[in-house]
Amino acid sequence: MSELPQRQTDIGPPHYEQFLPPVIKKNYGKWKYHEQLGPGHMVHVAESGDKVWTVRVASPRLLSTDTIKDICDIADAHCDGHLRFTTRNNIEFMVDDESKVEPLMKELTEKGFMIGGIGPRISNVVHTQGWVHCHSAATDASGLVKALMDDLGEYFTTKSLPNRVRLAVACCVNMCGAVHCSDIALVGVHKTPPRIEHEKIKNLCEIPSTIASCPTSAISPDPQKKSVKIKIEKCMYCGNCYSVCPAMPIADPKNDGIAIVIGGKVSNLRSNPKFSKLAVPWLPNTPPRWTETVAAVRKILETYAAGAKKHERVGEWVERIGWEKFFKVTGLEFTLQHVDDFTFARETWRMAATFKW
Amino acid sequence: MSMKHQTPLLDELEKGPFPSFVKEIKRAAEHSDYAQDLLGLLELSYKEKVTHWKHGGIVGVRGYGAGVIGRYSDVPDQFPGVAHFHTVRVNQPSGFFYTTKALREICDIWDKYGSGLTNMHGSTGDIILLGTKTENLEPIFAELSSRDWDLGGSGSAVRTPSCCLGAARCEWANIDTMSITNEITQHYQDEMHRPAFPYKFKFKVAGCAVDCIASIARADMSIIGTWRGDIQIDQNEVKNYAQSGMDIQKEIVDMCPTECISWDGSELKINNEDCNRCMHCIAKMTKALRPGSEKGATILLGSKAPIVTGALMSWVIVPFMKMEPPYDELFDLVDRIWEWWDEHGKNRERVGELIERLSFTRFLKDVGLDPQPAMVKEPRRDPFFFWSEEDVAK
Repeated sequence: MSELPQRQTDIGPPHYEQFLPPVIKKNYGKWKYHEQLGPGHMVHVAESGDKVWTVRVASPRLLSTDTIKDICDIADAHCDGHLRFTTRNNIEFMVDDESKVEPLMKELTEKGFMIGGIGPRISNVVHTQGWVHCHSAATDASGLVKALMDDLGEYFTTKSLPNRVRLAVACCVNMCGAVHCSDIALVGVHKTPPRIEHEKIKNLCEIPSTIASCPTSAISPDPQKKSVKIKIEKCMYCGNCYSVCPAMPIADPKNDGIAIVIGGKVSNLRSNPKFSKLAVPWLPNTPPRWTETVAAVRKILETYAAGAKKHERVGEWVERIGWEKFFKVTGLEFTLQHVDDFTFARETWRMAATFKW
Repeated sequence: MSMKHQTPLLDELEKGPFPSFVKEIKRAAEHSDYAQDLLGLLELSYKEKVTHWKHGGIVGVRGYGAGVIGRYSDVPDQFPGVAHFHTVRVNQPSGFFYTTKALREICDIWDKYGSGLTNMHGSTGDIILLGTKTENLEPIFAELSSRDWDLGGSGSAVRTPSCCLGAARCEWANIDTMSITNEITQHYQDEMHRPAFPYKFKFKVAGCAVDCIASIARADMSIIGTWRGDIQIDQNEVKNYAQSGMDIQKEIVDMCPTECISWDGSELKINNEDCNRCMHCIAKMTKALRPGSEKGATILLGSKAPIVTGALMSWVIVPFMKMEPPYDELFDLVDRIWEWWDEHGKNRERVGELIERLSFTRFLKDVGLDPQPAMVKEPRRDPFFFWSEEDVAK
């Protein structure tokens, strides 16, 4: 092997300042206002009068080095060698003169990039690794995002909605994506308890921590087998035991599926941040296009678009009309699974005589 | 290079307008055996509807217990290229700004030693280099660190802090999120790279209550910029909004959650004492309204996803903290919280869950924070409260 350079430890990331475009560096902390100029571009104006134009494009998040280098070529040609990524994995190109905007957008369009994601529409989908790289994935994430955004792409590039709609996909209930506080989100779920591989468990797992991992105390010791047993009626298939003990696999191709949760938000605008709540408990896992799931998301999105007031987020719209009306207008079935029986259940029951017929 | 495996299901996802991750893997497969076999393995998952990755093993670079996620396939004979497919987490620069020179450098290292596949970025914020062999980890780390890049956090450690772009390009930034994030990251290098906590600990820094980094939902400590004092109003710009078609009564006044705004057609008035700083009016009339001048942050604690006992959002523990370098007040608070968590936390118990288990009152007392109404939505409903020795008549 060729000689390696001298390694360094605990140096932390490179300082961000060296990566800032000059116009950003000059006006750092001195921005006055911004304006959206279209679905995918905006201008920020500084106290000094300087302006920076930003063009945003979609990204699948999973990028090859070849594509990163292509993106770099564009940034070299138009943006003096600078670019950034957003917290939702979009790519942003910034220029310091209005005359540079059109050629940049032209090249991005010609090269097939999808410009959009700014303002009252769908931005990029925050998502997890899925079958591409995760051991606990109940479904794929990249594929679901692709299927979803191929269908809803117009809400990224052109069409507007009452407010922004944050989509997220998590491939299991660990929710490495921000599913628990998103407008509309998908989560991979199990429907059957883990299987215990008694022979393997002795060598692979620590029994006490496996028992302790269960949030419903469904797991207890099985001294005869030097293993554990599961009280099936207590198990709600979270898979936390499998995270701790590989000898308790929970993946079940026939029964794993997708749940849809809606109405969450992280911003404090108008109303407080909200958790997402269950809209659809289970849809079949149907790669590569997940047609049932995509159709259900479109239905929810379009019902929101038709019913919400300007600036209302999905959760604000549902709270105004009431959840009982949400199920009515979307036509989604309300099932036993929708009634909470976990930690915070009591707070979710209707302690009032007021509801809509 | 032609593709080694037939992938009819994945090929379907090369079609359609949204950028395709399958195309990305295929591009990498032109020069990477890892990516060739990843396609085969992923196609198998699409066919069987089940993952083919096993639990991570313990792999890493010398002297670090974090930064690399071990990953092994459960079908190594069928797809030897991804028998080992470890992830390297590289700590991103605050705000996700790059020069093309820096990105190309990382790409070149990754083409030489890894799959050529990345995530820009991972859920926590790191640059994710997706898939390499154990023997390549040291060379990758030497190449990266000699060019001033370091690894991020993983396991029961401080996870790579991240932030919105704040003052770099946003007029709403009440705090310098990128500086604070960089300082936190540098201050806690040891705690990031050598896991010694009960479980993970995440920091996210947002410049305002819009919270583009989702700190309130996704960070054990959420630092959210805010202000004290009056919202600054430019009445001429308010009129411009009205003239250009904004229905100020409906879109601003009626949507204010505290009903502290009025508009008579020529002047916008805000009763600042009643404002809860939600950001709606400022976000909708960004040319006309600006946050008040005394800037700082609200510190919140405890959020996490639903595993294990249900999702939590962070709640207020310090209503207002000035955020200026060297951030001693913040570091002092963090150290006190960690000491308490270290002392009482169970294995795999997040700090928010520990507070739920032992009580918020006990946390406040032990960590030395004075109770304030801003910390609660409402006072308790029950009559079951504790007193201490000194509160009781002898």
